Amino acid sequence: MYSAKVMDHFANPRNVGELADANGIGEVGNEKCGDIMKIYLKVENEVITDVKFMTFGCGAAIATSSMATELIKGKSLSEALTLTNQAVVEALDGLPPVKIHCSVLAEQAIKTAIADYYTRQGIDPTPIVGELKSDCHDCDCH
Amino acid sequence: MDKLVYLDNSATTKISESVLSAMMPWLTEQYGNPSSLYTIGREAKAAIDHAREQVAAAIGAKPREIFFTGCGTESDNWAIKGTAHRLAQRGKKHIITSVFEHHAVLHSCQALEKEGFEVTYLPVDSEGYVNPADVEKAIRPDTALVTIMYANNEIGTIQPIKEIGRICREKKVWFHTDAVQAIGNVRINVEEENIDMLSLSGHKIHAPKGVGALYIRQGIFLDNFMDGGAQENRRRAGTENLASIVGLGQAMEDAHQGLEEKAARLTALRDRLMDGLLAIPHTRLNGGRDNRLCTNVNISFEGIEGEGLLLWLDMSGIAASSGSACTSGSLDPSHVLLAIGLPHGIAHGSLRLSLGRYNTDEDVDKALEVIPAVVEKLRAMSPVWQRIAQNS
Repeated sequence: MYSAKVMDHFANPRNVGELADANGIGEVGNEKCGDIMKIYLKVENEVITDVKFMTFGCGAAIATSSMATELIKGKSLSEALTLTNQAVVEALDGLPPVKIHCSVLAEQAIKTAIADYYTRQGIDPTPIVGELKSDCHDCDCH
Repeated sequence: MDKLVYLDNSATTKISESVLSAMMPWLTEQYGNPSSLYTIGREAKAAIDHAREQVAAAIGAKPREIFFTGCGTESDNWAIKGTAHRLAQRGKKHIITSVFEHHAVLHSCQALEKEGFEVTYLPVDSEGYVNPADVEKAIRPDTALVTIMYANNEIGTIQPIKEIGRICREKKVWFHTDAVQAIGNVRINVEEENIDMLSLSGHKIHAPKGVGALYIRQGIFLDNFMDGGAQENRRRAGTENLASIVGLGQAMEDAHQGLEEKAARLTALRDRLMDGLLAIPHTRLNGGRDNRLCTNVNISFEGIEGEGLLLWLDMSGIAASSGSACTSGSLDPSHVLLAIGLPHGIAHGSLRLSLGRYNTDEDVDKALEVIPAVVEKLRAMSPVWQRIAQNS
Protein backbone atom coordinates (compact mmCIF):
# COMPACT_ATOMS: atom_id res chain seq x y z
CA MET A 1 0.00 0.00 0.00
CA TYR A 2 2.99 2.32 0.48
CA SER A 3 5.41 3.45 -2.23
CA ALA A 4 9.05 2.41 -2.04
CA LYS A 5 9.92 5.98 -1.09
CA VAL A 6 7.47 6.00 1.81
CA MET A 7 8.92 2.73 3.05
CA ASP A 8 12.44 4.11 2.71
CA HIS A 9 11.61 7.22 4.75
CA PHE A 10 9.74 5.09 7.30
CA ALA A 11 12.56 2.58 7.72
CA ASN A 12 15.39 5.11 7.49
CA PRO A 13 13.90 8.35 8.71
CA ARG A 14 16.02 11.45 8.07
CA ASN A 15 16.51 14.12 10.74
CA VAL A 16 14.98 12.13 13.56
CA GLY A 17 15.55 13.21 17.15
CA GLU A 18 15.58 16.28 19.32
CA LEU A 19 17.49 19.52 18.71
CA ALA A 20 19.00 20.91 21.90
CA ASP A 21 19.51 24.43 20.53
CA ALA A 22 16.25 24.68 18.61
CA ASN A 23 14.77 28.16 18.48
CA GLY A 24 11.43 27.14 16.99
CA ILE A 25 9.38 24.10 18.08
CA GLY A 26 5.98 23.03 16.79
CA GLU A 27 3.81 20.14 17.90
CA VAL A 28 0.53 19.16 16.22
CA GLY A 29 -1.94 16.30 16.32
CA ASN A 30 -3.22 14.35 19.28
CA GLU A 31 -2.94 10.91 20.76
CA LYS A 32 -6.62 10.25 20.28
CA CYS A 33 -6.24 10.31 16.50
CA GLY A 34 -3.00 8.38 16.72
CA ASP A 35 -0.68 11.00 15.21
CA ILE A 36 1.56 13.55 16.93
CA MET A 37 4.38 15.37 15.16
CA LYS A 38 6.93 17.60 16.80
CA ILE A 39 9.33 19.64 14.67
CA TYR A 40 12.46 21.36 15.99
CA LEU A 41 14.01 24.19 13.96
CA LYS A 42 17.34 25.93 14.24
CA VAL A 43 16.94 29.24 12.42
CA GLU A 44 19.85 31.54 11.65
CA ASN A 45 19.40 34.73 9.60
CA GLU A 46 15.94 33.58 8.48
CA VAL A 47 17.41 30.31 7.17
CA ILE A 48 16.62 26.86 8.58
CA THR A 49 20.11 25.57 9.26
CA ASP A 50 18.98 22.45 11.06
CA VAL A 51 15.76 20.56 11.60
CA LYS A 52 14.75 17.47 13.56
CA PHE A 53 11.49 15.68 14.24
CA MET A 54 9.84 13.32 16.69
CA THR A 55 6.70 11.50 15.58
CA PHE A 56 4.15 9.21 17.20
CA GLY A 57 2.13 7.72 14.40
CA CYS A 58 1.77 5.29 11.57
CA GLY A 59 4.26 4.58 8.81
CA ALA A 60 2.92 7.45 6.72
CA ALA A 61 3.20 9.88 9.63
CA ILE A 62 6.86 8.98 10.13
CA ALA A 63 7.63 9.11 6.40
CA THR A 64 5.90 12.47 5.86
CA SER A 65 7.74 13.97 8.85
CA SER A 66 11.03 12.72 7.45
CA MET A 67 10.33 13.99 3.92
CA ALA A 68 9.00 17.35 5.11
CA THR A 69 12.16 17.99 7.17
CA GLU A 70 14.30 17.11 4.15
CA LEU A 71 12.34 19.55 2.00
CA ILE A 72 12.85 22.53 4.33
CA LYS A 73 16.41 21.92 5.48
CA GLY A 74 18.65 24.77 4.35
CA LYS A 75 15.67 26.75 3.05
CA SER A 76 14.70 30.27 4.07
CA LEU A 77 11.66 30.64 6.30
CA SER A 78 9.66 32.19 3.47
CA GLU A 79 10.48 29.24 1.22
CA ALA A 80 9.60 26.77 3.98
CA LEU A 81 6.24 28.48 4.43
CA THR A 82 5.34 27.72 0.81
CA LEU A 83 5.69 23.98 1.41
CA THR A 84 2.32 22.32 0.88
CA ASN A 85 1.15 18.92 1.97
CA GLN A 86 0.71 18.12 -1.71
CA ALA A 87 4.43 18.70 -2.30
CA VAL A 88 5.25 16.27 0.51
CA VAL A 89 2.89 13.68 -0.97
CA GLU A 90 4.44 14.08 -4.42
CA ALA A 91 7.96 13.84 -3.06
CA LEU A 92 6.97 10.51 -1.50
CA ASP A 93 5.51 9.22 -4.80
CA GLY A 94 2.01 9.37 -3.34
CA LEU A 95 0.16 8.24 -0.22
CA PRO A 96 -2.97 6.11 0.17
CA PRO A 97 -6.07 8.38 0.42
CA VAL A 98 -6.64 7.59 4.12
CA LYS A 99 -3.12 8.78 4.87
CA ILE A 100 -3.32 12.20 3.25
CA HIS A 101 -4.08 13.73 6.67
CA CYS A 102 -0.54 12.76 7.73
CA SER A 103 0.90 15.08 5.09
CA VAL A 104 -1.44 17.87 6.24
CA LEU A 105 -0.14 17.31 9.74
CA ALA A 106 3.48 17.61 8.52
CA GLU A 107 2.74 20.92 6.80
CA GLN A 108 1.01 22.21 9.92
CA ALA A 109 3.86 21.06 12.17
CA ILE A 110 6.36 23.08 10.15
CA LYS A 111 4.14 26.17 10.14
CA THR A 112 3.62 25.83 13.90
CA ALA A 113 7.39 25.58 14.49
CA ILE A 114 8.02 28.66 12.33
CA ALA A 115 5.28 30.56 14.20
CA ASP A 116 6.98 29.57 17.46
CA TYR A 117 10.26 30.93 16.13
CA TYR A 118 8.66 34.29 15.29
CA THR A 119 6.90 34.43 18.66
CA ARG A 120 10.23 33.88 20.41
CA GLN A 121 11.66 36.73 18.35
CA GLY A 122 8.88 39.01 19.60
CA ILE A 123 7.19 39.05 16.21
CA ASP A 124 3.47 38.33 15.82
CA PRO A 125 3.46 35.23 13.57
CA THR A 126 -0.15 35.45 12.41
CA PRO A 127 0.37 37.92 9.50
CA ILE A 128 3.32 35.84 8.26
CA VAL A 129 2.26 32.25 8.92
CA GLY A 130 -1.52 32.59 8.87
CA GLU A 131 -4.03 30.78 11.06
CA LEU A 132 -2.70 27.54 12.45
CA LYS A 133 -4.51 24.30 12.81
CA SER A 134 -2.88 22.61 15.73
CA ASP A 135 -5.08 19.53 15.49
CA CYS A 136 -5.77 16.96 12.81
CA HIS A 137 -8.68 19.04 11.62
CA ASP A 138 -9.90 16.74 8.90
CA CYS A 139 -10.03 13.71 11.10
CA ASP A 140 -13.41 12.28 12.01
CA CYS A 141 -12.43 10.39 15.12
CA HIS A 142 -14.17 12.61 17.67
CA MET B 1 14.36 -13.73 3.95
CA ASP B 2 14.17 -16.38 6.65
CA LYS B 3 11.07 -18.46 7.09
CA LEU B 4 7.97 -16.35 7.78
CA VAL B 5 7.00 -16.30 11.44
CA TYR B 6 3.24 -16.30 11.11
CA LEU B 7 1.63 -14.96 14.28
CA ASP B 8 -1.74 -13.96 12.85
CA ASN B 9 -3.69 -17.22 13.08
CA SER B 10 -6.77 -15.35 14.29
CA ALA B 11 -6.85 -13.62 10.91
CA THR B 12 -6.56 -16.83 8.94
CA THR B 13 -4.60 -20.08 8.87
CA LYS B 14 -2.69 -22.17 6.42
CA ILE B 15 -4.61 -25.07 4.86
CA SER B 16 -3.33 -28.28 6.44
CA GLU B 17 -2.03 -31.17 4.36
CA SER B 18 -4.73 -33.43 5.69
CA VAL B 19 -7.46 -30.97 4.68
CA LEU B 20 -5.96 -30.40 1.26
CA SER B 21 -5.67 -34.09 0.51
CA ALA B 22 -9.26 -34.66 1.66
CA MET B 23 -10.36 -31.91 -0.71
CA MET B 24 -8.34 -32.85 -3.79
CA PRO B 25 -10.67 -35.47 -5.29
CA TRP B 26 -13.57 -33.01 -5.07
CA LEU B 27 -11.56 -30.35 -6.88
CA THR B 28 -10.58 -32.72 -9.68
CA GLU B 29 -12.36 -35.90 -10.79
CA GLN B 30 -15.26 -35.83 -8.33
CA TYR B 31 -16.96 -32.77 -9.75
CA GLY B 32 -20.56 -33.93 -9.56
CA ASN B 33 -23.33 -31.67 -8.36
CA PRO B 34 -24.54 -33.04 -5.01
CA SER B 35 -28.14 -32.54 -6.16
CA SER B 36 -27.70 -34.80 -9.19
CA LEU B 37 -29.06 -38.34 -9.25
CA TYR B 38 -26.24 -40.14 -11.05
CA THR B 39 -23.25 -41.71 -9.36
CA ILE B 40 -20.81 -38.80 -9.11
CA GLY B 41 -23.66 -36.60 -7.84
CA ARG B 42 -24.60 -39.12 -5.18
CA GLU B 43 -20.97 -39.47 -4.17
CA ALA B 44 -20.72 -35.72 -3.77
CA LYS B 45 -23.86 -35.75 -1.64
CA ALA B 46 -22.37 -38.51 0.52
CA ALA B 47 -19.18 -36.47 0.96
CA ILE B 48 -21.21 -33.51 2.22
CA ASP B 49 -23.18 -35.74 4.57
CA HIS B 50 -19.90 -37.08 5.94
CA ALA B 51 -18.58 -33.55 6.49
CA ARG B 52 -21.83 -32.68 8.25
CA GLU B 53 -21.30 -35.63 10.59
CA GLN B 54 -17.72 -34.55 11.27
CA VAL B 55 -18.78 -31.00 12.15
CA ALA B 56 -21.69 -32.19 14.28
CA ALA B 57 -19.55 -34.69 16.19
CA ALA B 58 -16.98 -32.03 17.04
CA ILE B 59 -19.50 -29.80 18.82
CA GLY B 60 -21.92 -32.37 20.22
CA ALA B 61 -24.69 -31.64 17.72
CA LYS B 62 -26.77 -33.81 15.42
CA PRO B 63 -25.82 -33.79 11.73
CA ARG B 64 -29.18 -32.35 10.69
CA GLU B 65 -28.50 -29.34 12.92
CA ILE B 66 -25.47 -28.30 10.83
CA PHE B 67 -25.93 -25.98 7.85
CA PHE B 68 -23.01 -25.07 5.60
CA THR B 69 -22.60 -21.42 4.68
CA GLY B 70 -20.15 -19.23 2.80
CA CYS B 71 -18.30 -17.94 5.87
CA GLY B 72 -18.58 -17.04 9.54
CA THR B 73 -20.02 -13.67 8.60
CA GLU B 74 -22.84 -15.29 6.65
CA SER B 75 -23.58 -17.58 9.60
CA ASP B 76 -23.81 -14.56 11.92
CA ASN B 77 -26.01 -12.63 9.49
CA TRP B 78 -28.31 -15.59 9.02
CA ALA B 79 -28.64 -16.36 12.74
CA ILE B 80 -29.32 -12.77 13.73
CA LYS B 81 -31.43 -11.47 10.85
CA GLY B 82 -33.17 -14.82 10.38
CA THR B 83 -34.19 -14.87 14.03
CA ALA B 84 -35.22 -11.23 14.05
CA HIS B 85 -37.39 -11.53 10.96
CA ARG B 86 -38.96 -14.78 12.13
CA LEU B 87 -39.74 -13.65 15.67
CA ALA B 88 -40.88 -10.15 14.68
CA GLN B 89 -44.02 -11.92 13.48
CA ARG B 90 -44.66 -12.75 17.15
CA GLY B 91 -44.00 -9.17 18.21
CA LYS B 92 -40.44 -9.83 19.40
CA LYS B 93 -38.30 -6.99 18.14
CA HIS B 94 -35.52 -6.73 20.73
CA ILE B 95 -32.00 -8.15 20.48
CA ILE B 96 -29.27 -8.28 23.11
CA THR B 97 -25.60 -8.33 22.19
CA SER B 98 -22.34 -6.87 23.53
CA VAL B 99 -20.37 -3.80 22.52
CA PHE B 100 -17.29 -5.78 21.54
CA GLU B 101 -18.70 -8.32 19.09
CA HIS B 102 -17.19 -8.91 15.69
CA HIS B 103 -18.45 -6.51 13.03
CA ALA B 104 -20.42 -9.35 11.41
CA VAL B 105 -22.62 -9.30 14.52
CA LEU B 106 -22.51 -5.58 15.29
CA HIS B 107 -23.32 -4.49 11.76
CA SER B 108 -26.09 -7.09 11.45
CA CYS B 109 -27.63 -5.62 14.61
CA GLN B 110 -27.22 -2.09 13.29
CA ALA B 111 -28.91 -3.07 10.03
CA LEU B 112 -31.86 -4.40 12.07
CA GLU B 113 -32.03 -1.16 14.05
CA LYS B 114 -32.59 0.65 10.76
CA GLU B 115 -35.54 -1.69 10.16
CA GLY B 116 -37.04 -0.71 13.52
CA PHE B 117 -35.62 -3.41 15.80
CA GLU B 118 -34.26 -2.40 19.19
CA VAL B 119 -30.80 -3.57 20.23
CA THR B 120 -29.20 -3.54 23.69
CA TYR B 121 -25.41 -3.44 23.57
CA LEU B 122 -24.14 -4.83 26.88
CA PRO B 123 -20.89 -3.43 28.25
CA VAL B 124 -17.89 -5.61 29.05
CA ASP B 125 -15.65 -5.24 32.09
CA SER B 126 -12.07 -3.99 31.96
CA GLU B 127 -10.80 -7.57 31.58
CA GLY B 128 -13.03 -8.17 28.57
CA TYR B 129 -15.87 -10.29 29.92
CA VAL B 130 -19.66 -9.99 29.63
CA ASN B 131 -21.46 -10.35 32.97
CA PRO B 132 -24.27 -12.94 32.72
CA ALA B 133 -26.28 -10.93 35.27
CA ASP B 134 -26.34 -8.07 32.76
CA VAL B 135 -27.81 -10.43 30.17
CA GLU B 136 -30.49 -11.52 32.61
CA LYS B 137 -31.40 -7.92 33.46
CA ALA B 138 -31.59 -6.90 29.81
CA ILE B 139 -34.02 -9.66 28.76
CA ARG B 140 -37.55 -8.33 28.16
CA PRO B 141 -40.81 -10.00 27.13
CA ASP B 142 -40.14 -8.88 23.54
CA THR B 143 -36.52 -10.10 23.41
CA ALA B 144 -36.03 -12.31 20.36
CA LEU B 145 -32.35 -13.15 20.61
CA VAL B 146 -29.23 -12.92 22.74
CA THR B 147 -26.02 -13.06 20.70
CA ILE B 148 -22.71 -13.07 22.57
CA MET B 149 -19.41 -14.19 21.08
CA TYR B 150 -17.76 -17.33 22.46
CA ALA B 151 -14.29 -15.78 22.50
CA ASN B 152 -13.26 -12.31 21.48
CA ASN B 153 -11.30 -12.10 18.24
CA GLU B 154 -8.92 -9.38 19.38
CA ILE B 155 -8.24 -10.07 23.04
CA GLY B 156 -9.13 -13.76 23.21
CA THR B 157 -11.34 -13.59 26.30
CA ILE B 158 -13.66 -16.59 26.61
CA GLN B 159 -17.16 -15.58 27.66
CA PRO B 160 -19.33 -17.35 30.25
CA ILE B 161 -21.33 -19.00 27.49
CA LYS B 162 -22.83 -21.88 29.46
CA GLU B 163 -24.21 -19.50 32.09
CA ILE B 164 -25.58 -17.05 29.52
CA GLY B 165 -27.11 -20.02 27.68
CA ARG B 166 -28.74 -21.24 30.87
CA ILE B 167 -30.31 -17.82 31.49
CA CYS B 168 -31.62 -17.65 27.92
CA ARG B 169 -33.02 -21.17 28.14
CA GLU B 170 -34.81 -20.27 31.39
CA LYS B 171 -36.23 -17.10 29.90
CA LYS B 172 -37.09 -18.91 26.67
CA VAL B 173 -34.97 -16.56 24.55
CA TRP B 174 -32.93 -17.92 21.66
CA PHE B 175 -29.18 -17.79 22.17
CA HIS B 176 -26.63 -17.47 19.39
CA THR B 177 -22.86 -17.42 19.77
CA ASP B 178 -20.20 -16.48 17.25
CA ALA B 179 -17.62 -19.17 17.98
CA VAL B 180 -15.36 -18.44 15.00
CA GLN B 181 -12.30 -17.80 17.20
CA ALA B 182 -13.05 -20.44 19.81
CA ILE B 183 -13.61 -23.41 17.51
CA GLY B 184 -10.63 -25.72 17.52
CA ASN B 185 -9.09 -24.03 20.56
CA VAL B 186 -11.77 -24.79 23.13
CA ARG B 187 -13.87 -27.94 23.40
CA ILE B 188 -17.45 -26.86 22.81
CA ASN B 189 -20.60 -28.86 23.43
CA VAL B 190 -23.73 -27.10 22.24
CA GLU B 191 -26.04 -29.32 24.31
CA GLU B 192 -24.18 -28.92 27.59
CA GLU B 193 -23.67 -25.22 27.05
CA ASN B 194 -27.29 -24.40 26.20
CA ILE B 195 -26.42 -22.98 22.79
CA ASP B 196 -29.24 -22.61 20.24
CA MET B 197 -27.16 -21.34 17.33
CA LEU B 198 -23.42 -21.27 16.76
CA SER B 199 -21.37 -19.76 13.93
CA LEU B 200 -18.07 -21.21 12.81
CA SER B 201 -15.66 -20.65 9.96
CA GLY B 202 -13.31 -22.94 8.06
CA HIS B 203 -10.31 -20.76 7.40
CA LYS B 204 -9.53 -20.20 11.09
CA ILE B 205 -8.96 -23.94 11.56
CA HIS B 206 -6.82 -24.84 8.54
CA ALA B 207 -9.68 -25.29 6.06
CA PRO B 208 -9.99 -22.95 3.07
CA LYS B 209 -11.53 -19.48 3.02
CA GLY B 210 -15.11 -19.25 1.79
CA VAL B 211 -16.77 -21.93 3.88
CA GLY B 212 -18.47 -21.80 7.26
CA ALA B 213 -21.34 -23.38 9.11
CA LEU B 214 -24.22 -22.48 11.33
CA TYR B 215 -25.45 -24.88 13.98
CA ILE B 216 -29.19 -24.44 14.46
CA ARG B 217 -30.70 -26.48 17.28
CA GLN B 218 -33.49 -28.78 16.21
CA GLY B 219 -36.83 -27.05 16.60
CA ILE B 220 -35.55 -23.59 15.82
CA PHE B 221 -36.66 -22.14 12.51
CA LEU B 222 -35.14 -19.00 11.06
CA ASP B 223 -36.16 -17.05 8.01
CA ASN B 224 -33.99 -18.18 5.13
CA PHE B 225 -31.10 -15.99 4.18
CA MET B 226 -30.53 -17.42 0.72
CA ASP B 227 -33.57 -18.35 -1.35
CA GLY B 228 -33.30 -20.78 -4.23
CA GLY B 229 -32.92 -24.53 -4.56
CA ALA B 230 -33.48 -27.26 -2.00
CA GLN B 231 -29.91 -27.51 -0.69
CA GLU B 232 -29.19 -27.71 3.02
CA ASN B 233 -32.62 -29.12 3.82
CA ARG B 234 -34.24 -26.19 1.95
CA ARG B 235 -32.80 -23.71 4.40
CA ARG B 236 -29.71 -22.40 2.64
CA ALA B 237 -29.96 -22.44 -1.13
CA GLY B 238 -27.08 -22.51 -3.59
CA THR B 239 -24.96 -25.29 -5.04
CA GLU B 240 -22.71 -26.49 -2.26
CA ASN B 241 -19.07 -25.46 -2.08
CA LEU B 242 -18.30 -29.16 -2.23
CA ALA B 243 -14.53 -29.36 -1.83
CA SER B 244 -14.44 -26.67 0.85
CA ILE B 245 -17.22 -28.34 2.81
CA VAL B 246 -15.24 -31.58 2.73
CA GLY B 247 -12.23 -29.55 3.89
CA LEU B 248 -14.21 -28.00 6.74
CA GLY B 249 -15.37 -31.44 7.89
CA GLN B 250 -11.82 -32.75 7.90
CA ALA B 251 -10.53 -29.62 9.67
CA MET B 252 -13.16 -29.95 12.40
CA GLU B 253 -12.23 -33.58 12.96
CA ASP B 254 -8.50 -32.78 13.03
CA ALA B 255 -8.96 -29.81 15.37
CA HIS B 256 -10.92 -31.81 17.90
CA GLN B 257 -8.60 -34.82 17.99
CA GLY B 258 -6.35 -34.32 21.00
CA LEU B 259 -7.57 -30.75 21.38
CA GLU B 260 -6.60 -30.57 25.06
CA GLU B 261 -2.98 -31.65 24.40
CA LYS B 262 -2.63 -29.13 21.58
CA ALA B 263 -4.15 -26.39 23.72
CA ALA B 264 -1.71 -27.17 26.54
CA ARG B 265 1.26 -26.83 24.16
CA LEU B 266 -0.06 -23.54 22.79
CA THR B 267 -0.82 -22.20 26.27
CA ALA B 268 2.83 -22.70 27.24
CA LEU B 269 3.99 -20.93 24.08
CA ARG B 270 1.48 -18.14 24.62
CA ASP B 271 2.56 -17.57 28.21
CA ARG B 272 6.22 -17.40 27.29
CA LEU B 273 5.47 -14.90 24.53
CA MET B 274 3.17 -12.86 26.76
CA ASP B 275 5.53 -12.74 29.73
CA GLY B 276 8.50 -11.96 27.51
CA LEU B 277 6.73 -8.95 26.03
CA LEU B 278 5.32 -7.78 29.34
CA ALA B 279 8.90 -7.50 30.57
CA ILE B 280 9.19 -4.41 28.35
CA PRO B 281 8.45 -1.36 30.55
CA HIS B 282 5.14 0.47 30.09
CA THR B 283 3.27 -2.37 28.46
CA ARG B 284 -0.07 -3.88 29.41
CA LEU B 285 -1.91 -7.08 28.63
CA ASN B 286 -5.30 -6.46 27.08
CA GLY B 287 -7.95 -8.91 28.25
CA GLY B 288 -7.87 -11.19 31.27
CA ARG B 289 -5.24 -13.89 31.61
CA ASP B 290 -7.61 -16.58 32.85
CA ASN B 291 -10.36 -17.76 30.52
CA ARG B 292 -8.35 -16.68 27.53
CA LEU B 293 -7.77 -18.47 24.22
CA CYS B 294 -4.55 -20.47 24.27
CA THR B 295 -3.64 -18.72 21.03
CA ASN B 296 -4.08 -15.05 21.91
CA VAL B 297 -1.61 -12.40 23.06
CA ASN B 298 -2.74 -8.77 22.92
CA ILE B 299 -0.41 -6.17 24.34
CA SER B 300 -0.25 -2.38 24.29
CA PHE B 301 3.08 -0.62 24.21
CA GLU B 302 2.75 2.92 25.51
CA GLY B 303 4.19 5.68 23.36
CA ILE B 304 4.03 3.98 19.97
CA GLU B 305 1.49 3.45 17.25
CA GLY B 306 0.64 -0.04 16.02
CA GLU B 307 1.01 0.35 12.28
CA GLY B 308 4.67 1.32 12.48
CA LEU B 309 5.22 -1.72 14.67
CA LEU B 310 3.52 -4.02 12.14
CA LEU B 311 5.55 -2.59 9.25
CA TRP B 312 8.80 -3.22 11.12
CA LEU B 313 7.69 -6.72 12.08
CA ASP B 314 6.83 -7.41 8.45
CA MET B 315 10.28 -6.25 7.37
CA SER B 316 11.69 -8.66 9.96
CA GLY B 317 9.61 -11.57 8.68
CA ILE B 318 6.90 -11.58 11.35
CA ALA B 319 3.19 -11.32 10.45
CA ALA B 320 0.93 -9.89 13.17
CA SER B 321 -1.96 -7.47 13.55
CA SER B 322 -2.90 -4.41 15.55
CA GLY B 323 -5.92 -2.64 16.98
CA SER B 324 -4.52 0.60 15.67
CA ALA B 325 -6.79 2.83 13.63
CA CYS B 326 -4.26 2.95 10.84
CA THR B 327 -4.71 -0.72 10.10
CA SER B 328 -8.48 -0.63 10.12
CA GLY B 329 -8.97 1.94 7.37
CA SER B 330 -10.69 4.28 9.83
CA LEU B 331 -9.20 6.77 12.23
CA ASP B 332 -10.61 5.14 15.33
CA PRO B 333 -8.71 2.45 17.14
CA SER B 334 -10.30 -0.94 17.81
CA HIS B 335 -13.80 -0.85 19.31
CA VAL B 336 -12.79 -3.85 21.42
CA LEU B 337 -9.91 -2.04 23.10
CA LEU B 338 -12.04 1.05 23.67
CA ALA B 339 -14.78 -1.20 25.14
CA ILE B 340 -12.41 -2.50 27.84
CA GLY B 341 -11.61 1.10 28.71
CA LEU B 342 -8.27 1.72 27.04
CA PRO B 343 -7.55 5.38 26.25
CA HIS B 344 -7.23 6.05 22.51
CA GLY B 345 -3.49 6.68 22.74
CA ILE B 346 -2.82 3.29 24.28
CA ALA B 347 -5.29 1.47 22.03
CA HIS B 348 -3.36 2.78 19.00
CA GLY B 349 -0.22 1.06 20.28
CA SER B 350 -1.63 -2.44 20.54
CA LEU B 351 -0.30 -5.62 19.00
CA ARG B 352 -2.19 -8.88 18.55
CA LEU B 353 -0.15 -12.04 18.15
CA SER B 354 -2.19 -15.17 17.53
CA LEU B 355 -0.64 -18.60 17.63
CA GLY B 356 -1.60 -21.70 15.72
CA ARG B 357 -0.83 -25.33 15.13
CA TYR B 358 2.34 -24.66 13.14
CA ASN B 359 4.01 -22.24 15.56
CA THR B 360 7.12 -23.43 17.35
CA ASP B 361 9.40 -22.39 20.20
CA GLU B 362 11.70 -20.88 17.58
CA ASP B 363 8.88 -18.59 16.41
CA VAL B 364 8.43 -17.30 19.94
CA ASP B 365 12.22 -16.84 20.26
CA LYS B 366 12.26 -14.78 17.08
CA ALA B 367 9.31 -12.63 18.20
CA LEU B 368 10.95 -12.00 21.57
CA GLU B 369 14.17 -11.03 19.84
CA VAL B 370 12.61 -8.68 17.27
CA ILE B 371 9.68 -6.98 19.04
CA PRO B 372 11.52 -5.36 21.99
CA ALA B 373 14.05 -3.84 19.58
CA VAL B 374 11.33 -2.46 17.30
CA VAL B 375 9.43 -1.01 20.27
CA GLU B 376 12.63 0.69 21.42
CA LYS B 377 13.31 2.09 17.95
CA LEU B 378 9.81 3.55 17.61
CA ARG B 379 9.81 4.90 21.16
CA ALA B 380 13.11 6.66 20.49
CA MET B 381 11.38 8.85 17.90
CA SER B 382 8.06 9.29 19.71
CA PRO B 383 7.15 12.59 21.38
CA VAL B 384 4.60 10.68 23.46
CA TRP B 385 7.29 8.37 24.79
CA GLN B 386 9.52 11.41 25.39
CA ARG B 387 6.90 12.67 27.86
CA ILE B 388 6.32 9.25 29.47
CA ALA B 389 10.07 8.80 29.96
CA GLN B 390 10.42 12.30 31.47
CA ASN B 391 7.62 11.65 33.95
CA SER B 392 8.83 8.28 35.17
